[in-house]
Amino acid sequence: MDFTSVAFADVTRTFGRRRVLNRISFECRAGEIVALLGPNGAGKSTLLSIAATLLEPTSGIVRYGERDAAPAGAALRRQIGLLGHDLYLYPELSAAENLAFFGRLYAVDGLGRRVASALERAGLGGRRDDPVAGFSRGMRQRLALERALLHDPRLVLLDEPFTGLDDAATAMLQQRLEDLRRAAAIVVVTTHDLETIEPIVDRAVVLHGGRLVPVEPGAGTLRERYRRLSGERT
Amino acid sequence: MTSFLETAWLVVRKDLLIEVRSREILYTTLFFAVASVLVFAFGFVREGRAVAQAAAGILWIAIAFSGTLALGRAFERERINETLRALLLAPVDRPALYVGKLLGLIVLLGAVEAIVVPLVALMFQAPLFAHPWMLLALLVSGTVGFAAVGTLFAAMLVRARSRDVLLPILLYPITVPVIIAGVRGTAALLQADVDLPMARAWLSMLVFFDVVFITLALWTFEPLMTE
Amino acid sequence: MNRAFPVLAIVLAAMFAYAPVMIVDAPYESTMGLVQKIFYFHVPAAMSMFAAAFVCGIASAVYLFGRRPQADRVALAAAELAALFGLVVLATGPLWARKAWGVWWDWDARLTSTLVLWLTFEAYLLLRRYGGPGSDRLAAGIGIFAMANVPFVYWSVNFWRTLHPKTTVVPSLQAGMREPFWFCAAAFLGLFVLMLVVRTRLEQRRAELEELYLALDE
Repeated sequence: MDFTSVAFADVTRTFGRRRVLNRISFECRAGEIVALLGPNGAGKSTLLSIAATLLEPTSGIVRYGERDAAPAGAALRRQIGLLGHDLYLYPELSAAENLAFFGRLYAVDGLGRRVASALERAGLGGRRDDPVAGFSRGMRQRLALERALLHDPRLVLLDEPFTGLDDAATAMLQQRLEDLRRAAAIVVVTTHDLETIEPIVDRAVVLHGGRLVPVEPGAGTLRERYRRLSGERT
Repeated sequence: MTSFLETAWLVVRKDLLIEVRSREILYTTLFFAVASVLVFAFGFVREGRAVAQAAAGILWIAIAFSGTLALGRAFERERINETLRALLLAPVDRPALYVGKLLGLIVLLGAVEAIVVPLVALMFQAPLFAHPWMLLALLVSGTVGFAAVGTLFAAMLVRARSRDVLLPILLYPITVPVIIAGVRGTAALLQADVDLPMARAWLSMLVFFDVVFITLALWTFEPLMTE
Repeated sequence: MNRAFPVLAIVLAAMFAYAPVMIVDAPYESTMGLVQKIFYFHVPAAMSMFAAAFVCGIASAVYLFGRRPQADRVALAAAELAALFGLVVLATGPLWARKAWGVWWDWDARLTSTLVLWLTFEAYLLLRRYGGPGSDRLAAGIGIFAMANVPFVYWSVNFWRTLHPKTTVVPSLQAGMREPFWFCAAAFLGLFVLMLVVRTRLEQRRAELEELYLALDE
């Protein structure tokens, strides 16, 4: 199944007595990069988890194209790529083995070729057979990104992807995001690194107190507009 | 899309590959099992001879205790980098993930038992190999039953608090029938006049337990793992 | 249920008040004498425990697959009652055994099975208490497994030991014993239903309170 938009309609998520997301409604389309901003603990990861169908909303619906999440199941998951906080890599396996394992689970075509090019892109060609346990944070981050994108997902959800990356890797990731946009993927990125995301992002939304507010385009840098928005709210 | 069996096989292969490399769970579980047998021996060996029929009980308790540890460790591995989430995110049949983890655990426990069973036979002068096929059948069906329930519980507790202590608390009462059948079946083989029909009766109960609880686990795995 | 409730409570209170009268009037059992009369509370309590176990199992299945929050509350209430009635069985059993057969605990099949089941439901309650968020779903899984386990526990322990009076105790009761027994059984099962309703109601109120807290946050 494929889709060209993802829409949240009145999505609420509570954990016991804590309401983390409060009637969130927003939509992302193919060929768009959306930045999801907000303070720590605002619920950005929760929102991404719901978008990835790993978490169910307490109320409200998430729509993928015309379809609701509930019936779609495995076919829908095939189109989703998630890079979480905890990188989802097996430390005892090598870089190549990690990619191959997930590649097979996702039934990726031409796996050998794709693993090789993914490793090249991550700058890990020379370390392909080394166990991930020995990698630095930056190396793991780059590998985790490739793992999330290996199967060419339509919906790309990245949770703080710039963490631990040096300048070169950051530039490569920015380029990668641009490539994804050109390939008509739907990209949602959470980050604290506003300066890095600003040149490539199409629009930004802020999650604060469980509510989602768009950052209006206008005068000033992204950080200035964000600060204004947060300032008004506190 | 990856098929059910292929998914299960990929998971087993991955688990065994990791285990072959580090051997961490294998060695620690094995050592723990041997240590348990030793501790029980101090309780049950008097004047150099084991109390009659203690061997069967000691064997199965060692399997249960070390099995619980192995389960905890196996799922801790999936918890550390949240790889269990990544598995659930994949476009696969969720119950296939359960089957893969179950098979991996059975292989691991099988390897442990391959050492502990002869050890118990040796230390307690128990004629465990008089009826090897029946013993093997009892061990396999008992281990499968214990692992089937244990894998489900360990998986569902991955995101719970106090998971270390909750696993045995939940697992032992439910697997009481397995322990009883395993011990009594094995004991029937160790008696002076071996009671094969009795052993067979216990074996059939174990097989029935396995079928019912694996079915139940396959049925409940997905709803239990989703939030 | 609102109007039936106090009526049921009064009827049950009356039944329990009258039960001792019926029990005293019942004939003495030939071998055990007076102590056998514990049976009139011991067995009905066991019946209530089994009823609770099955209600918990079914409600757990409905909650896990149907996602009805009410089912979860019923499952929790039933699990607590299974533990409670189980405690009654485990307390009266040894009292009876001590007087009738001289030992407090001799691994008799039925009592041992009850102990295992009781432990299972205690584990359910511990999971709900200490498992953190999401433990209601997990506990539903335990509820289903506990119910499925009942026959296995019963068979395996039974096959392992037999000292208890056989299952045929009830039909082969002397004429005078049947009435007090079924009277007490009805009283205990009625008590179970009453407590289940009350406890479920309490959980419902608690859930409503949580909703109010959340609404306050708006």
